[in-house]
Amino acid sequence: MARQAARGPDPRKVSNELFTLTYGAMVAQLVKDYEHDDEVNKQLDKMGYNIGVRLIEDFLARSGVGRCNDLRETADVISRVAFKMFLGITPVVTNWSPAGDEFSLLLENNPLTEFVELPDGHSQLNYSNILCGALRGALEMVQLDVTVWFVQDQLKGDSISEIRLKFNKRLEDAVPAGED
Amino acid sequence: MTVFNLYIFDRNGNCLYYAEWNRRKQSGISQDEEFKLMFGLLFSIRSFVSRMSPTDQSEGFVSYKTNEYKLHFYETPSGLKFVVNTDLSVGNIHDVLQQLYSQVFVEYAIKNPAYSLGQPVTSELFKSKLDEFIRGQQFFTSKLS
Repeated sequence: MARQAARGPDPRKVSNELFTLTYGAMVAQLVKDYEHDDEVNKQLDKMGYNIGVRLIEDFLARSGVGRCNDLRETADVISRVAFKMFLGITPVVTNWSPAGDEFSLLLENNPLTEFVELPDGHSQLNYSNILCGALRGALEMVQLDVTVWFVQDQLKGDSISEIRLKFNKRLEDAVPAGED
Repeated sequence: MTVFNLYIFDRNGNCLYYAEWNRRKQSGISQDEEFKLMFGLLFSIRSFVSRMSPTDQSEGFVSYKTNEYKLHFYETPSGLKFVVNTDLSVGNIHDVLQQLYSQVFVEYAIKNPAYSLGQPVTSELFKSKLDEFIRGQQFFTSKLS
């Protein structure tokens, strides 16, 4: 993946670059290790999931956000609080399905993909797929079964990156034995 | 003012951590059974409390008192349950439990890659940080009995 250096004097910018570089190095290694983009996408999703199931606790602890009452509230919290807290961006929530069970997050600036270009021959690679896994893992821990995927990707030539999230069902906690 | 003991459960009923400081009486059953009993109670009380609530928007179960001790309860949206038993002089420690979650559990258990979710926490660092946290609270005094 090609990268053009452009260092700024702000110390926080350096650590953002380190983050971008680290992520890039990881994806590059996955691409080397697995033959097909599909496999890499799956691995990124899995890693994202493992991050998400822990990240949710950090999120809940730091944001103090309580239970959301419906999917719209959830979408709002994801975009305005969670993305802001971890990636410093606020994706736009839009494209709600008529049933209200699906929506999109539009990302204009993705810190993961700063200075990144997809190499030739890897046009199916969902470079930021880790985000989809993380959302899925995190929401599962608050009892929402969701499917998350990329619909548009700036790295693939689209004007904007769009993540779509579909609510499947509520996950109910297992009832302890002997209780009703 | 004193803390007797503390339980941490995940949303599936697994007891992730138990510690005691001043427990003066045992329950008479095995520790496993005790955890199950405690979790079952929490489940039932929470469901009872919300069903029988005469007002809307109740926060749910927060604590119960007997003439000897007070049980405090805090649950995160992710289903983690914190239970602390103290004597009766302790007021509402909701904020303390919230801090216990964010400053101790998240920092030293969740963020520890060696810790697998759903398993009891065995990290020595966690144990000592939690102990330090509880002992550092205003309502904690250790009585030698």
